[in-house]
Amino acid sequence: MEKESCTFSYCQKPAIVEHETDVLIIGGGMSACGSAFEAARWANPQKIRITMVDKAATDRSGAVAMGLSAINTYMGENDPADYVKMVRGDLMGITREDLVYDLGRHVDDSVELFEEWGLPIWKKAADGHTMDGAQEAPKLSEGGKPVRSGKWQIMINGESYKVIVAEAAKVALKTNRDATGVAENHFERVFVVKLLLDEKVPNRIAGAVGFSVRENKIYIFKANTILSGTGGAVNVFRPRSTQEGQGRAWYPVWNSGSGYALGIQVGAELTMMENRFVPARFKDGYGPVGAWFLFFKAKATNAYGEDYCVGENFEYTKKLYSPYAEKMGTAIRNHMMMMDMKAGKGPILMNTHHAMAELAKTMDAKQIKHLEAEAWEDFLDMAIGQAGVWAGNDVEPDKSPSEIMPTEPYLLGSHAGCAGFWCSGPDDIGAPAEYNWGYNRMSTVNGLFMMGDICGASGHKFSSGSHAEGRIAAKSGVAFVLDNKGFKPTVTKSPDDLAAEIYLPFEVYEKYKTYSTAPEVNPYYIKPKMLQARMQKIADEYFGGVGTWYMTSATMLESGLKQLAILKEDAALSGAKDLHELMRAWENYHRIWSIEAHARHIQFREESRYPGYYYRGDFLAINDKDWKCFVNSKFDPATGDWKCFKKEYKQLIPD
Amino acid sequence: MPSFVITEKCDGCKAQDKTACQYICPNDLMVLNRDLMKAYNQEPEQCWECYSCVKICPQQAMEVRGYADFVPLGGSVIPLRGSDSIMWTVKFRNGKLKRFKFPIRTTPEGSADPFKGKPEANIANIKKPGFFTHQGAGKAMPLPKK
Repeated sequence: MEKESCTFSYCQKPAIVEHETDVLIIGGGMSACGSAFEAARWANPQKIRITMVDKAATDRSGAVAMGLSAINTYMGENDPADYVKMVRGDLMGITREDLVYDLGRHVDDSVELFEEWGLPIWKKAADGHTMDGAQEAPKLSEGGKPVRSGKWQIMINGESYKVIVAEAAKVALKTNRDATGVAENHFERVFVVKLLLDEKVPNRIAGAVGFSVRENKIYIFKANTILSGTGGAVNVFRPRSTQEGQGRAWYPVWNSGSGYALGIQVGAELTMMENRFVPARFKDGYGPVGAWFLFFKAKATNAYGEDYCVGENFEYTKKLYSPYAEKMGTAIRNHMMMMDMKAGKGPILMNTHHAMAELAKTMDAKQIKHLEAEAWEDFLDMAIGQAGVWAGNDVEPDKSPSEIMPTEPYLLGSHAGCAGFWCSGPDDIGAPAEYNWGYNRMSTVNGLFMMGDICGASGHKFSSGSHAEGRIAAKSGVAFVLDNKGFKPTVTKSPDDLAAEIYLPFEVYEKYKTYSTAPEVNPYYIKPKMLQARMQKIADEYFGGVGTWYMTSATMLESGLKQLAILKEDAALSGAKDLHELMRAWENYHRIWSIEAHARHIQFREESRYPGYYYRGDFLAINDKDWKCFVNSKFDPATGDWKCFKKEYKQLIPD
Repeated sequence: MPSFVITEKCDGCKAQDKTACQYICPNDLMVLNRDLMKAYNQEPEQCWECYSCVKICPQQAMEVRGYADFVPLGGSVIPLRGSDSIMWTVKFRNGKLKRFKFPIRTTPEGSADPFKGKPEANIANIKKPGFFTHQGAGKAMPLPKK
């Protein structure tokens, strides 16, 4: 196929906005909002300029857009060292304990701020009964006792969680405008698609480019430092529901792996991209099960009412995955659930009715009604679609069980996964020298910081931890700016050339659209929807999606990667009819980079570290002798080479 | 078709620059048909059913029809979001109704003043652990026990 280029002969040339700033925040979710808040306090007296760029509207952007029913990371009375042990156990022994400990010791301050800003947090009354977050009670910072649904989780009335956090971030950005005299520093509906390296200083970030999804405008941001807080990668694998139900992804459907793609292409080192998350959730609606397990003490069984984590399943699992099997982490429980599913003992059931009946024994009618409302709120706060599934199917959780199901795979680093970039950690908690290169949360590209989903090897941050990590990165980012005050970004590529690159899918579409009588089928371009379908099919069939029961191998990966290379070429022939499709074209290009990194890492790691998430059929066991280490990789933007290599894991917190 | 717009109720946000649903949708799905002055969801298979559009619509012209891949017709889940709480009406396929009311925030919307009463950041300590809030309150960051 011939390469296409954009000379604006067919499509309209966009207006070009150039914006200079000191600290550029990419994203608008929890980590980005946290970074805006912390950065402003440090930056304002120094007249350091902060800019936030969000693909959506910050009130409802990112993974918390819908709301949440719980905050999963709040230390309270717990020791951050115990939090490290939990994270290490759930992530099968390999985690950056310096990053995790650091997050644990910082996170509570963010949670206490959320409450101050108006987030209702459930409290335990003196007599032990539960009060919702609107009832008069001491705040967490005043010694108020949260309602724990697990050791680390606290319950909230979180419908407006993101709106509240965004409000504080927006005010913080305003204080920065006031301090610096900059007229505009918060761009919504601007999608950053590419980072720019400095052309004088090697391995140094200089800026980013993006486009408005609402008007014909491209944005060139020049910055001293960048804080990247974009989300994970969703719908990179073929989802179980392939029609309109594919929108009901467990993680937000708009998380398109942009942060991975942006960092990879400027040569930032990745870590643990082989990791993925396959949550077991209520079937189809993907509603949360955590509160049912932890708070209502419900049990999941196979269709015969049997526990699938004992007996033969457990004995077999121990043979392959000891000593991790005994820890019963999320991956291991998934693995044993799948054993029963493959043996035809499904459907797997969450016995909500038994749990509610059990709790009802010690409660009166009013308390039961309250409990039922709490169960529904779990859905209505964070997976409303699941309430719709139950309503449409006449499911009443106190009367019948509900099916649970392992989802399609997701790539992320802030929930129960750890795929992301290799970042510098704190210097005061005894980590080896190679875990720290001066600035906390800085990637291996100077001036480029990672936070939330894309700061790797440090999962279980969740919403509060992402906010806190944004704040950690922001503080370091401001320190970096102060240390590099004289830096002037050099970008020699002309604005017109950058615009031409971004608008290529428009040019291609306009050039060829009349060749066929219907624009959807045309031999000269591929529409974003079909590009995504092809990527999902490759990922599903070769990289261990639901179609192969999460099974892959060296030969399958090799075949899939070959097809992915061709798909990447075809992505340069994307055709977009409007700005919305242009956004989809770039999102899917970002997804392709993310899934490529994932496949390359799985290919390099010759063991099955995460049974229940994926399997290498040719290396079915965990092999601690050779693989109790990080797998890192680096794409070289100058040569196009991609190298995978091992990095030493160091245990900092004793068992 | 995940979120949808009821023709009779939508007034296109009275021809403002953009409609409320267009403003808020995290996935850029809502479009205003300027001939009809009615909004619609342009890509229902990319709808997360986050209900941001439903909650914000000033005319209550938006609802959600469950994903046809797996949700039978007849049920509905409808919110009414106020300034401090949200009311939900869940209608089952068999006609049964459940209603719930939950708080959503304890402060007036738009009242955030996040730095009020907070310590200033001491720039000399920027490379030391702890947020400006920790440092300002004299809270030391713990270290793992040896």
